[in-house]
Amino acid sequence: MYNTTGSIMTTEPFLIHQKCRGMRDLLPDDMVRFRRIEDAFRHGCAAFGYEEVKPPTIEYLQLFTALGTLTPSMVGRIYSFLDWDGWTGERVVLRPDSTIPVARLYVEGLAPRVPTRLFYVTNSFVFDETGSRQRERWQCGAEFIGGTPVASDVEMVLLTQDIIARLGFDGMRFQICHAGLLKALIDELGLGADAKQSLVDTVLDGNWSGLTDAVSRISDEKHYLAPLLDLKGGSAGFLSNIRALSSSAGEAFRNALDQFIEVATLLDELECRYEIDITAVRSFEYYTGLCFQLVSVTGEKVGGGGRYDDLVPMMGGPDIAACGFALYMDQLMRLLSEAPYTADCVAVVCEEGSPSIVCRTLSAAKAVRAVGRNAAVGIRRGVEFSGKYRWIIRVTSAEQDMVELIDSETNDRMVCSVVEAVDRVQS
Amino acid sequence: MEFTSPVDVRVALPKGRFLGPTSAMLQSSGVSFDDYSPGTRHYRIRSSAYEYLSAKILQERDISIHVSTGNYDLGICGIDWVRELKARYPTAALVEISPLDYREGAVFLAASAHSNLRSLDALAASSGTVRIASEYPNLATRLAAELRLRRFRIYPVWGAAEAYPPESADLVLIWARNERDLMSQGLMPLKRLFDVEAVLVGNRESLSQKDLSEVLLCVSGHFRLGGVQPRGVRSPEGGQISAEPLTPWQSRDIRLALPDGHQKTPAVELLERAGLHVPGYAGRTVERRLLGDQKWLAVKVIRPQDMPMQVACGHFDLAVTGQDWLMEHQCCFPASPVTELVDLGFGKVRVVAALSQKVPVTSTGELRDYVARGGFRPLRVASEYTNLADKYLRDNHFVCYKVMPTWGASEAFLSDDADVLIDNTQTGKTLVDNGLKIIEVILRSSACLIANADSLNDPSKKGRIEEIAAQLKGAVH
Repeated sequence: MYNTTGSIMTTEPFLIHQKCRGMRDLLPDDMVRFRRIEDAFRHGCAAFGYEEVKPPTIEYLQLFTALGTLTPSMVGRIYSFLDWDGWTGERVVLRPDSTIPVARLYVEGLAPRVPTRLFYVTNSFVFDETGSRQRERWQCGAEFIGGTPVASDVEMVLLTQDIIARLGFDGMRFQICHAGLLKALIDELGLGADAKQSLVDTVLDGNWSGLTDAVSRISDEKHYLAPLLDLKGGSAGFLSNIRALSSSAGEAFRNALDQFIEVATLLDELECRYEIDITAVRSFEYYTGLCFQLVSVTGEKVGGGGRYDDLVPMMGGPDIAACGFALYMDQLMRLLSEAPYTADCVAVVCEEGSPSIVCRTLSAAKAVRAVGRNAAVGIRRGVEFSGKYRWIIRVTSAEQDMVELIDSETNDRMVCSVVEAVDRVQS
Repeated sequence: MEFTSPVDVRVALPKGRFLGPTSAMLQSSGVSFDDYSPGTRHYRIRSSAYEYLSAKILQERDISIHVSTGNYDLGICGIDWVRELKARYPTAALVEISPLDYREGAVFLAASAHSNLRSLDALAASSGTVRIASEYPNLATRLAAELRLRRFRIYPVWGAAEAYPPESADLVLIWARNERDLMSQGLMPLKRLFDVEAVLVGNRESLSQKDLSEVLLCVSGHFRLGGVQPRGVRSPEGGQISAEPLTPWQSRDIRLALPDGHQKTPAVELLERAGLHVPGYAGRTVERRLLGDQKWLAVKVIRPQDMPMQVACGHFDLAVTGQDWLMEHQCCFPASPVTELVDLGFGKVRVVAALSQKVPVTSTGELRDYVARGGFRPLRVASEYTNLADKYLRDNHFVCYKVMPTWGASEAFLSDDADVLIDNTQTGKTLVDNGLKIIEVILRSSACLIANADSLNDPSKKGRIEEIAAQLKGAVH
């Protein structure tokens, strides 16, 4: 760094200001996509009678640990720290999930109001050591608290389909499963408490091989388990087949299967297409009933949700059932097509920077905005607007009232007054 | 892959529990360091066998950090400090090359012998908040998650974790030589987490880019081969849990924390002058739980560094600590309910910013200009006072810097591993002896009596706290 004469030795260029690892800047084109998803989501939720909420970014750690709903590896990936008044050792976190904070919000601020339909657009923070995933993740989520179980499950599926249709995505697949059935299936294995907990943790962390191995070891004895893991059903009939094979199964298994059949039958009657995939359950173990995930044509998971009947009562709230889902915005943004023209904005430009020309340019932009259109001004930088804006108004003279109006789509050019140009872009 | 020749290989060697066996191991391996032996006063040493091999003697917990940051190519430390680092930083560039064939003690989860928590099952059934004091806060957090504790708080401590249960913590995660050791301290082991063996660690980049094979070959004769069977808690024959009764201590109204270590002798003298008698405190052996002559005074002996947070939590009403540690705490928790009652006058130190005498900088302003002109990018700052250091750097408009926590003998880190040191000094001689110079005095500190603001507002405690404060104030020279 320094030599014996005290002069500083230069080092390679050093970029001081970089975004944190795992974080992402949303640039203008990203935000156009972001808002498209958000708008479709808001309109969809409004159409189904949902109200918007926004929980805070920081919550107490114990909100997530007290429920016993996170595996040790999930707790280990939470961003937690001591707040400025954290001398008691009470840790706070950047929320790793939004369903639990919204359930907390409901218990603290809205309970016992039922039914309550809530939606939110939030970010959450989960450490990822592989570097392959963002550590800050955006999601659009909806929670239906206090609805009738099967009907509200189906409402979640219908709402998700509505939003996906608004976004114009084709070929999205719905995979459905049942958390209660999965838990009952693990119970059927007859493992000891520690082995069972360990297996549940690995499954929740996304590793299904342990379960597959355990099922194959007892497949002779309980032949109804293997098809659940191996086969992908497409109708309630598949589940009825399993039901027919499982007469020796425990009561919990059969009850969960019956609930699952009920939901699947309703979806069949509403002509909703889905795949039954018992492995389609994501991360959190607070789910108790129907779970689903949404998979793009490229195989990427872009959303998911499920029923969590125990969460509200576990938080000290009333004994109210609930379900919800979230769309993963980062994944959906990648699937959206190129951003369209920037926010329907009109470019008002001039080629020189004399005060009188600038004044006319700013006045023309003001006239555009006065009729409810957006206007971006470019002084001597008009070239940067080409291809980005459909309409460009070019101010060429300080004295004359005339401007040049350019339609970038057709490359038509016309010389007209500011009033005429404004009329044209307005129409 | 083409390796670079070993022009300079840097090794971090442990102080303390593994110094003796590591010294013997290196000697028998043929890479001996002449000045690496118990009682050494050197930090920087060179191998008498290999010219390119240099070493620094560090605290074990510093070794895992500094090997992972690349300040050292290789290091030897206890596996406990490797796991503590990796529990929080799983992607750290620290490679466990091999366990070595010597070990010392184990890490235990323990509760007070007087506690109702007698097993892990009892712990899992607990619905209240479980408080864990530990020098291993990251391991403690991971363990709490593994045990699925629903509500827990971790109190990181610099040492003396055994003093905290049951009043200030329900559990400790602690290193001990064996179960008997723990039981003699009034603790009941609940789980033996792992045996602490010495481990050879390496920096990932160094292992992939440098030829370290000569050193690795020499040491490889001491690699432990084969796995170690995990062991459960063993009840030692004849082991007895310290039968010290808790009730008298717990029934007393005022809880005072007194310091161990360097501050103990002047604190004993001050208490004598003040007429505050705490039988057992002056002894050569450290008794952690003591009773004052006043019928209402209970005393614990803990580390001064840990006192402000413990007083803030309300675990103690009063404590004798340093103003430096109080300020460090207040930098982290500005609204903390800890207040200084009396400047006790002893233990005077200056907290200073220092750097190498070779750097052409004589003040903080000049350092800032030096950094702005391209020197030290980013500025590496080593300190035991990480929050004070951060405040000093922020207040002086340094833009790009890294604060590296250290656990003692911080001057050893300059100027190889850090550019600036923020540390306490009495005379400044140690700094000068290590080729350093002071560029700013950040804080002048002495011992002080601190109190919890809620205790001061408690009518049942206020009078007694004021009584102690007045006695101590009257005894200050």
